Amino acid sequence: MNFFRFVRGVFKIITKGSSAYYAWITFLILLIVWGGFGYANQLAHGLIVTHMRDSVSWGFYIGNFTFLVGVAAASVMLVIPAYVYHWKPIKEIVIFGELLAICAVIMCLCFIIVDIGNPLRFWHMLPGIGILNFPSSLLSWDFFVLNSYFILNLIIVVYLLYCHFYKKEYKVSFVRPLVLFSIPMAIAIHTVTAFLFNALPGRPFWNSALLAPRFLASAFCSGPAILLILFQILRKITKFEIKDEAIWRIAELMVYAMFIYLFFTVAELFKEFYSGTENILYWKYLLFGIGKNHEIVVYSWSSIIMGSVAFLLFLIPSTRKNFLTLNIGAVLIYGSVYIEKGIALIVPGFTPDTLGQIYVYTPSITEVKTAVMIFSSGFLLFTFLSKIAIAIVFEDYCIDDLSSKKREDKLKEITIAM
Amino acid sequence: MKDIFKTLFKIHSLLFLSVSIIIISCNDTPEVYNLGQTVTSPLEGAANKSHEEIAVSPPPFSDGIFPCNDCHAFQKPNPVRRTLTWHEDITEIFNHDSKNRWCLDCHDLNNRDSLRLASGKLLDFKESYKLCGQCHGDKLRDWKVGVHGKRTGYWNGPKQYYLCVSCHNPHSPKFKPIKPEPPPFREDEQIK
Amino acid sequence: MKKPVNYSGRRKFLKNLSLFAVGSLALSGCGQVTMKEFLQKNFRTLSKKEKDDIIKALEKKYTAKYGKEFHVTDEPAADGVEFGYALDLSRCIGCRRCVYACVKENNQSRDPQIQYIQVLQMEKEKGIDFAHSDVHYNPELVPEEGYFYVPVQCQQCRNPQCTEVCPVKATWQEPDGVVVVDYNWCIGCRYCMAACPYGARHFNWGEPYIPAAEINPETHYLGNRPRMKGVVEKCTFCIKRVRDGKYPACVEICPVGARKFGNLLDPESEIRYILANKRVLVLKQELNTQPRFYYFFGV
Repeated sequence: MNFFRFVRGVFKIITKGSSAYYAWITFLILLIVWGGFGYANQLAHGLIVTHMRDSVSWGFYIGNFTFLVGVAAASVMLVIPAYVYHWKPIKEIVIFGELLAICAVIMCLCFIIVDIGNPLRFWHMLPGIGILNFPSSLLSWDFFVLNSYFILNLIIVVYLLYCHFYKKEYKVSFVRPLVLFSIPMAIAIHTVTAFLFNALPGRPFWNSALLAPRFLASAFCSGPAILLILFQILRKITKFEIKDEAIWRIAELMVYAMFIYLFFTVAELFKEFYSGTENILYWKYLLFGIGKNHEIVVYSWSSIIMGSVAFLLFLIPSTRKNFLTLNIGAVLIYGSVYIEKGIALIVPGFTPDTLGQIYVYTPSITEVKTAVMIFSSGFLLFTFLSKIAIAIVFEDYCIDDLSSKKREDKLKEITIAM
Repeated sequence: MKDIFKTLFKIHSLLFLSVSIIIISCNDTPEVYNLGQTVTSPLEGAANKSHEEIAVSPPPFSDGIFPCNDCHAFQKPNPVRRTLTWHEDITEIFNHDSKNRWCLDCHDLNNRDSLRLASGKLLDFKESYKLCGQCHGDKLRDWKVGVHGKRTGYWNGPKQYYLCVSCHNPHSPKFKPIKPEPPPFREDEQIK
Repeated sequence: MKKPVNYSGRRKFLKNLSLFAVGSLALSGCGQVTMKEFLQKNFRTLSKKEKDDIIKALEKKYTAKYGKEFHVTDEPAADGVEFGYALDLSRCIGCRRCVYACVKENNQSRDPQIQYIQVLQMEKEKGIDFAHSDVHYNPELVPEEGYFYVPVQCQQCRNPQCTEVCPVKATWQEPDGVVVVDYNWCIGCRYCMAACPYGARHFNWGEPYIPAAEINPETHYLGNRPRMKGVVEKCTFCIKRVRDGKYPACVEICPVGARKFGNLLDPESEIRYILANKRVLVLKQELNTQPRFYYFFGV
């Protein structure tokens, strides 16, 4: 009843926009269709159209999944200062962090579905009608925490927007505990994902105690980086206001995360290279190559260099406060963590494989297409959700606007502004 | 009276002849012996084994070479060590402690259808493992339990042993290298 | 407030669209799998009657597909039996006869190629060193001077990592020690493959292909029955053969008698003799998988 009108109101927002908006949406839809052909090919022939094989049985999809879990966890970087330390300037923009988390979790689930060999058998995982190997299997834990985190964020966001739409005050006693609960949940999703890899003694590259802390550190670097850029874009094209100080404060928090991220990497490198046991092989392949195989050396060094440069750009106050260098730093850290969670995490775990053989893995065109499809869908969803959030929270789009006359004027206003 | 003895003698000879024929014809073709029996206790002393039969695969004779007495029954046994003028296919490859051993250390001088142990005791070819076991006692112990060599059949039931000589040519026992089966496809070659 | 005219029309359109999508998705798999097969539960949770029905349906399906009379059994583990395996490293010559005997017995896909047994060539000087081993050796004759050979297959660990990580319990250890996979329950997430330290699990990346002339129609539900794309498979110690009392195919074919197999709970078996009298080792002992697959040196 009320909720349906809310949905109707929301639907109206996303179907109206400027020509730039339509162009962006069309571009994303084209990418989704292009990627969809790739995925259709995979459904028809099986995973053989990827380049994953028995030696390297996880690849591009799981790499993207791991990275996106980190992005989803990053919203907590905004929640902590806003709700725990009551830092006003950030409170209004926490909602975007949560929208990002929602989209990231949806993309994660999509990457899992495209990766498994029998997607239609997904119901085997549902407790009750299937069998879930809880608590033995880390994947079952991941299932719980990811879905819980997703539902939690969804409830918070929908409730806040719904209240805003109906010009009601939201119940702090309802929202605050949920938001505070999302902090350990965010840590949980990324810890569980790290433990997924960590749990395997047969893969010495992942079997390090530092893996989970490294995951968290890199998540807290990369997630806010996206938000930094996003806020600057929103600031330019909408009525959305955010002070420079708020952005600089986010950047400052990121410096701590980046330092820890780099330090943990150095700690891992020291342990492996100084002790020089057989397990050095995987790090050797990553950083120096083995024999004739040097495929990922360029990526691993790029990741380390980009991360270090970003760290310096964020550390030095003058470069942090200069928006050009700040944005360069944000892009660099995002790229660094993307490589570190993707190629530089998955591939060396499997190369050389358990019996010492080397299979060189690079994603196939089908994998790229499918990933593009999922990323484009995620971006599309995020665009829609952001537009709704901006309209309701910042443009004061509300229930009154569903009445005919006011509606037309209001929508005209919003259209011009975007 | 003479007639009765004559008849009895005829009956006896006939009986003796038929029984001999039956016995000889039963042992005519090499086949698997005593399929139902297996060695039950691996740790018993080898000395007690003489009366116990182990189910073995047939001795791998070359065509027409057995029974040896077809030729050797008409030859004068010569115990002197020398280079043989026949059996070149064996003497060419003979490589089984050839400095110290020669044919008649294992093959009986007077009855070529038998093998002989160092004590002089005669062995049938299907018991050749006892001969090998004289020098290769540890291998024999392992073979009897199935740890050396090969057994087919049932892990919880009757088994058939491969004789030592089924795998090791007794005149040149060391295994020759063989051609391997193809390697697995490289995983990057299986990309469609 | 009145409902606008096109509101229900929009809802109807969306409903039809989603139905169409689901329908086409379902139909895309229609030829391969019936609804009954799709809704089949985990094998261990089924009643005897349900298992018999499933097996009858499978026999019919395979017979129709391959033109040979198929037999599928779900023979359970016998009491007082725990399988053990020992491989004599001093004897293996790397001829790979075991690899291909296994492929034939277990109906492994020829294209894309799956082989449960991987024979590694290692240098005698370096000892057991996976990093310097080679699975693609292909000389004229084996064994090559200065090398020895280590065949690796599923170790049927007492403490298997793979069964712990499966999110849907599609793989488990049977009472006689064999680790099996329910191919109709596996979702193909490949977590077990990441977990296995011996590379013993293999995935059907594409639709498996076995020439009808080479198919082995004597199969076990948890073992060598023909698999489908998107599921994991592995060596089961030839579960059909060993539960009938026979030796696994690899043991039978080995021309140098390097492979030994038996019941670990039978003190008279050859495997117990080996454990008592030979020096055995296991691969990657530090991982505490406690394999039931031992390696020893006969000479």
